[in-house]
Amino acid sequence: MERPIRVLVAKPGLDGHDRGVKVIARALRDAGMEVIYTGLRQTPEMIVNAALQEDVQVIGLSILSGAHNAIVPRVMELLKEKGMDDVLVIVGGIIPDEDVAHLKKLGVAAVFQPGASLEQIVNFIRSSVQQAASPGL
Amino acid sequence: MKKAAGATDAAPKVVTTLSGIPVAPVYGPEHLTGFDSARDLGEPGAFPYTRGIHRTMYQGKLWTMRQFAGFATAEETNRRYLYLLEQGQTGLSVAFDLPTLMGFDSDHPASVGEVGKCGVAISSLEDMETLFRGIPLGDVSVSMTINSPAPVIWAMYLAVAEQQGVEWSRLNGTLQNDILKEYIAQKEYIFPPRPSMRLVTDVIEFATRHVPRFNPISISGYHIREAGSTAVQELAFTLRDGIEYVEWTLARGLAVDEFAPRLSFFFNAHNDFFEEIAKYRAARKMWAYIMRDRFGARNERSMKLRFHAQTAGCSLTWQQPYNNVVRTTLQALAAVLGGCQSLHTNSLDEAYALPSEHAVTLALRTQQVIAYESGVTAVPDPLGGSYYLEWLTQQMEARAQDYIRRIDEMGSMIAAIEQNYPQREIAQASYAYQRAVEAGERIVVGLNAFRSERDEPIEILQIDDSAARKQQERLAALRKRRSATRVAAALDAVRRAAEGRENTMPYLLDAVRAYATLGEICDALRDVFGTYQESSVL
Repeated sequence: MERPIRVLVAKPGLDGHDRGVKVIARALRDAGMEVIYTGLRQTPEMIVNAALQEDVQVIGLSILSGAHNAIVPRVMELLKEKGMDDVLVIVGGIIPDEDVAHLKKLGVAAVFQPGASLEQIVNFIRSSVQQAASPGL
Repeated sequence: MKKAAGATDAAPKVVTTLSGIPVAPVYGPEHLTGFDSARDLGEPGAFPYTRGIHRTMYQGKLWTMRQFAGFATAEETNRRYLYLLEQGQTGLSVAFDLPTLMGFDSDHPASVGEVGKCGVAISSLEDMETLFRGIPLGDVSVSMTINSPAPVIWAMYLAVAEQQGVEWSRLNGTLQNDILKEYIAQKEYIFPPRPSMRLVTDVIEFATRHVPRFNPISISGYHIREAGSTAVQELAFTLRDGIEYVEWTLARGLAVDEFAPRLSFFFNAHNDFFEEIAKYRAARKMWAYIMRDRFGARNERSMKLRFHAQTAGCSLTWQQPYNNVVRTTLQALAAVLGGCQSLHTNSLDEAYALPSEHAVTLALRTQQVIAYESGVTAVPDPLGGSYYLEWLTQQMEARAQDYIRRIDEMGSMIAAIEQNYPQREIAQASYAYQRAVEAGERIVVGLNAFRSERDEPIEILQIDDSAARKQQERLAALRKRRSATRVAAALDAVRRAAEGRENTMPYLLDAVRAYATLGEICDALRDVFGTYQESSVL
């Protein structure tokens, strides 16, 4: 049997609005993935360390406060430092259109804005992780 | 006609309210068996206040139009307040940024990227002075959405009133100061539940003795609902929180009728029109009986549930943002028909950002149209006596009672929170709702039905990092200018008061007057109380 996809979902920054992150975590679990939820107020350092220890293939960051331009670059930098460039990073939350391109340039694989469906997110993770697992095909 | 996703012509399935209460095809007297008009309804302005807390309702006094506002620095927010007052707004409502809500100064490392983003940055009395420059605190009522650091922020407010020469006894306003719903829903807590409850009680006690026209707490269901609860859960958890605050204040030695008239409430105004109206009516009735029978209140004012309402932020869509004006109008109408005392209407752009001046003006105009053009203000409780509404009011009450009983059995709301009970109930409800939207069982116009190719672009308020820079410079200058010895002594006194059993408010007032910062004062409290981490439940 295939090993299930392992995902770390995290809520960086000071914001405590965790409705979205909890819904996503449940949906990913219902889709058969192994989900680790970090809880609230995680620093980029805590998130990257947890991702390393839990050996995840995917990190999902939920940010609603407008602090994404300060937080996401730091997460990407730390991943690079630790040689974890292969971890798929996705961001969800209130991210204005004009910031999406910037986040993608930093290496974020996808940004899910308000109204994105759970199905879209699940499918994106599945197809991206499968592609990474079989690069030659 | 374009079909809604998931809609079919097959046999009608069971219709439910937004909270999942099954609804019959039509309502009549047979649905009100056991309904006793004197016990369940009463007259407007009379026990149990189901029909409203005033006999004449809005003919006597309109609700307060109070738009929640705050962004960037105190200077910029002060300009927005002066603008809103000029436009006919009748009260102010302060939104603080996340560092302030979490008791961090703008120059703390945890504040990076967050300063001024979700509200105004307030780090010291100096910022508070700027925030209310040119605003006479003796005349304008001010609501402040602050919880864990509420006593410190309120101390700053009281100090500004002193500077303006306004007696505390003349101050009108509301401090949110509701920590229980933070553990349950919004999660902006600093200290563990018990020391937090002690601080809440300090504020209630101090207000009762020294600031008698100020509401020292706004017991809030709004955030519980935004976190994904049903209307029933919102109602039940909020009233049960209210019970907990009454119990703590009684234990402090105050008599119920001394402080209960100043307890205020805050509810969400969500999409299901009748369910929301039923929720407000049930809340008033339940609170009246709780205060009279559970706590032995004698003063009628202790039994009257006064509430602020805000339209549902979580109902707004990023897609087709102009639809949000319509949603907000319907929600605001429900709050008015439900008898609110003050109201915030969301702006159409709030799924994107804090509102632009243009958008907030339209939101205020929405309230003004309801107030002055629609005619709904002519009589109190105009929908009272509707078979459906009275039945639904009973449903809300019965279902909320079940929750309250369950929490009573756990011993207290704090005990329930420690068992993650309300958190889990809400998470389940929010997941079920999201699933229903995905399956097309719940229609969200513009999102899962009636989609457009392209949304009209809207103007968005941008907050750059200049707010953070300005705050850092101001704080650095302040720290140099003030007396370091006076600050250190005041912080020591705060620490000693926190370790003891005295009311902390006088010590917090001394500290803010010495220009100790919010972060420094909260650190002193952290030294004594420690901090809280929830056990994360999915």
